[in-house]
Amino acid sequence: MTLLRIEDLRVYFNARGRIVKANDGVDLEIEETEILGLIGETGCGKSILGRAIMGLLSENVEIGGRIIYKGENLLELCEARMRQIRGKEIGMMLQNPSTSLNPVLTVGEQIAEVYRYHEGVGKEEAKKKAADMLKLVGMDPKRMDEYPHQFSGGMKQRVMIAIGLALNPRILIADEPTTGLDSSMKKQILDLMSGLIKSRDVSMLLITHDLEVAKGVCNRIAVMYAGELLEIAPAEKLLSEPKHPYTQDLLDSLPRMGLNPIPGESPSLSSPPAGCRFHPRCRCRSDKCSEKHPDMIGIEAETYVRCFLYKNDKSKG
Amino acid sequence: MNETWIALKELGENRMAAVGIVIIVFLVFVAFFAPFFSPHDPLEQNLEKRLLASNGEYPFGTDELGRCIFSRVMYGTRISLEIGVVVVGITALIGTILGVISGYYGGIVDEIIMRAVDVVLAFPGIILALVIAGLLGPGLFNVILALAVTHWPAYTRLVRGMTLSVKEKEFVEAARALRASNFYIMRRHILPNCINPVIVLATLGIAHTIIFAAALSFLGLGIQPPTPEWGSMLKAGIPYLRTAPFLTFFPGIMIMITVLAFNFLGDGLRDTLDPRAKEMIMMKK
Amino acid sequence: MLKYILKRLLLVFVVVLGVTVVTFSAMHLAPGDPAEMIAVARYGEDLTQEEIEWVRATEGLDAPVYIQYLGWLEHVLRLDLGKSLITYEDVLGEILTRIPATLVLAISSLILSLLIALPAGIISAIRKNTIVDNACMTGALLGVSMPNFWLGLLLIWLFALSLGLLPSFGYGSIKHLILPTITLGPSMSAITTRPTRSSMLDVLNQDYIVTAKAKGLDERTILLKHALKNAMLPVITFVGLQLGFLLGGAVIVETIFAWPGIGRLLVDSIYARDFALIQGCVLFIAVIFALANLAVDVLYAYLDPRIRYEKK
Repeated sequence: MTLLRIEDLRVYFNARGRIVKANDGVDLEIEETEILGLIGETGCGKSILGRAIMGLLSENVEIGGRIIYKGENLLELCEARMRQIRGKEIGMMLQNPSTSLNPVLTVGEQIAEVYRYHEGVGKEEAKKKAADMLKLVGMDPKRMDEYPHQFSGGMKQRVMIAIGLALNPRILIADEPTTGLDSSMKKQILDLMSGLIKSRDVSMLLITHDLEVAKGVCNRIAVMYAGELLEIAPAEKLLSEPKHPYTQDLLDSLPRMGLNPIPGESPSLSSPPAGCRFHPRCRCRSDKCSEKHPDMIGIEAETYVRCFLYKNDKSKG
Repeated sequence: MNETWIALKELGENRMAAVGIVIIVFLVFVAFFAPFFSPHDPLEQNLEKRLLASNGEYPFGTDELGRCIFSRVMYGTRISLEIGVVVVGITALIGTILGVISGYYGGIVDEIIMRAVDVVLAFPGIILALVIAGLLGPGLFNVILALAVTHWPAYTRLVRGMTLSVKEKEFVEAARALRASNFYIMRRHILPNCINPVIVLATLGIAHTIIFAAALSFLGLGIQPPTPEWGSMLKAGIPYLRTAPFLTFFPGIMIMITVLAFNFLGDGLRDTLDPRAKEMIMMKK
Repeated sequence: MLKYILKRLLLVFVVVLGVTVVTFSAMHLAPGDPAEMIAVARYGEDLTQEEIEWVRATEGLDAPVYIQYLGWLEHVLRLDLGKSLITYEDVLGEILTRIPATLVLAISSLILSLLIALPAGIISAIRKNTIVDNACMTGALLGVSMPNFWLGLLLIWLFALSLGLLPSFGYGSIKHLILPTITLGPSMSAITTRPTRSSMLDVLNQDYIVTAKAKGLDERTILLKHALKNAMLPVITFVGLQLGFLLGGAVIVETIFAWPGIGRLLVDSIYARDFALIQGCVLFIAVIFALANLAVDVLYAYLDPRIRYEKK
C-alpha cells in the first residue's frame, strides 16, 4: 500500500533573479514498510526532495504539485499541523551528524525533548524513554548526559537514528546517513538502520549519492538527475539490468566495475539542457534527445524510465 | 577593472552607502571651500553680539565671544576630516604592513608584533589616547599621534589573520616553487587579498577617529581654542547650556552627521566587498 | 583549564607591564620639566630654583628614567602605588574610594545596554530583511554615530535644565544615576546589537536547527532552547570587549556629570599632571580590564560544553 505519494513536485528557488529548478516534476511513491533509495549526484536536488516532504525549505521557494500523506496534502497543511507530522509521522535524519546535533545540549536531552514535546510526558519518563532509545541503537545509556562532541562520528549517527525513530514514525527520511564514516562503520550503521526499520514496520527514504549504500538495503531505487527522476525500479533489477544510460553509467562508475567516470559535468539547475537533461553526456543520444523532453514511461512491472530508447508497455503509462 | 565597476555599481545601489557618499562629498566640499562660503571669519570676535540666537546675519547664532557659529562649524569640518584621514592613512598603512610581516614570517617577529598589539588592546582605546594626549600636551600633532598609537593594532590583527589563511593557499605555494621573492609574494598575492577588508575597516576607522578626536578636544586635551573644532566648541558651550543651548547643538549634530556618513559608507562597503554576505541561503534557517 | 588561566594571567602580567612602560615613557617624553610642573602645582607660580631642585631630589626625579621606573615597579609589587604628588594622598586609597561609583555606573549601563541590544539583535535576526530589522540596524548605526559627550549634554539640557526632572550632575541617589546611564547604555547597546544579530543568524542557519524543526518542535522552543544558547556564546566574548568601551565611556560620562568615579580621577590627574596618580589609574584600569576579559573568557569556556569537556 502506498504510504506517501509525491505528485508532480516542483521546487523552484529564486536565486538573485535566476530560477533554480531543484525539483522539476517529480512523481514518487513510498510504499508501506519499504526502503526506497533515492540516488543522484551531489546537487541534483535529492536533499531538497527530502526537505520538501518535511516542509523544511526556506521562504524564498516556490513549491508546486502535491505530497499526499494519509489523505492530506502536506504542502497545504498549516504550520501547527505540520509540526505534529514532523517527528511523529515522518522522522528525518540530516546528513552530517556532527553539525546536525546541537552542541550545547546533552544527547539525552536531544532525544528526551521529543517525548516531552509530542507526548507530553514528564521529565523523568522522557529521560527513561530516551535511555531505552539509546540502548536500542546500541549505545550505553549512561552516556546520555554527555555532549555531542564527546562522541565519535558513528556514535553521533546512532544518536541521529535514535532521534529519527524516537516517536516511531511511519516514515524515516535518511539523508546521506553514511557520509564521513569509514566502510566498516558504514556497514554497521546501515545494518542497524535497516534492522530497526524492518522490526518496527517503518518505511524509509534513503537519500544517497552512493550506489553501494543503496545496494544492500533498498527494496526499490529511484535515480535522480538535474531535478528530475530518470528511472525507478526494484533494487535488484535496477542493479542487474539498468535501463537508463545514466543508470548504466552510474553503475559503471562504481569502483568494482572499473571506476569509469561519466564524462562531462552535471548541468546547472537554473538552465538545464533542452530536451532530455542528460543528453549532452549520453552515449546513446539521437537528434530527438536534444529536441524533445522524454516522459517517464512504464516499461515493465514496477519499472519506469525516462528515455526515448524504450517504448511504453501496456502495464502502466 | 570590470569587477571594480560592478562593485561600485552595487555600492551605488546600496541606499545607505549612497547616502553616506553624498554626505561625505558635501562635507569635503564644505571643508575645501569654507573660506569662500563662510559668512564671517571664524576667529572674529564681536563682544557686543555675544550669544545671539540664529538670525539673518548669523545663521546658527553667535558664541560666548560673539563669533559666528555657522562659520566655526564650517571650518570645524576641515580639522575633523583632516584628523580622520591622516590618522587612518597612517595607521592603515603601518598596521597593514606589520600585519603582513607578522603573518607571513611568523616566529619571533610575529611574537613581538602581536605582544605589542596585545599591549595596546589591553587598554580601552579612548583612555590610552587620553593619557598620551594628556601627557604630551594639547595640539594637532599630539592628537594625531595619540590616536595613531591606539588605532593601528586593528589593522595588524585583521591583516595578520588574512595573511595566515592566504599563505597556505596553492597559488602562494606555486609562487614559492617558482622562487618568487618574499616581497613579491607579499605584494602580489597577499596584499590584494587583504585590501577589501582593510578598506572597510579604514572607512569605519575614520568614523571612530573623528569621534575620538572630538572627545579629546571636548575634555580639553586635544585641539585648543580658539581653533574652530567641534569637540572644543561643545566644551565651550557647557556653561551656556541653559541660556544658549544652540552653542552645543550645532557642533554636536555636525559630529554625528559626519560620523554617521562614514559608518553608512563603511557598512555599505562591507556588504558589497564581503563575498560571504553575498552567498545565498537556500535551505531553511 | 587551570593551566589555561595561569597562562592567561602570565600574559596579563606581561601586557600590564607593557602598558606601564608606555605611559612612563610618555610622561618623560612630555614637554617641560616634571619637577618644575609639580612644584608649580604644589606651591604656585612664584618659585625659586632651590624649591624646584628640592622637589626633584625628594621625588627621585634626578635619577635616570629606568631607575625611576624600576623603583616605581618595586613599590607596585608591594601593592604600594605611591602618593599623589600634589595632595600627598595615598594613590591606591584614592583609587579604591572611587571604585564604587564607577562600578555602579558601569553595571547599570551594561544592564541597560543588554536589555536593548539582545532583544533588538535577536528580533532583527528572526525578522531578517523586514522593516523591524532595518529599523533596529539603522538605530544601531545612529547609536554608534552619536558622540556620548553630546548625548550627555542634550540629556542635561532636556531633563535637567528645561524640564527640571532630574539632577544634572552629582552622585548619591537613583535619580543621579539615570542620566549618566542613559548616556552610556544605549550607545553601548548599539555596538552589541549587530554581533547579536549576526550570531543569531549564523545559528539559525545551522543544521541542528533543521534537526530541531524536523523533530516537530515549535518556533518558541527552537528559538529559546536550541538557538539562543548557541547564539549567546559569541556575544559573551563581545560583551567582554565592551568593558573597554564602558571604561572609556565612563571617563567622559563621569566628567560631564561630575560623577566621582575612577574615570574622572584619571582626567583630573591628567589636568593636574599628577604623574603618580596617572600611573596608578592607568595600572589599575589595565589590570581591571585584563582581569575582566579573562573572567569573560573563563565564563565562556564554562558555558560552552565543547571547551568545558575538552580534556577528559
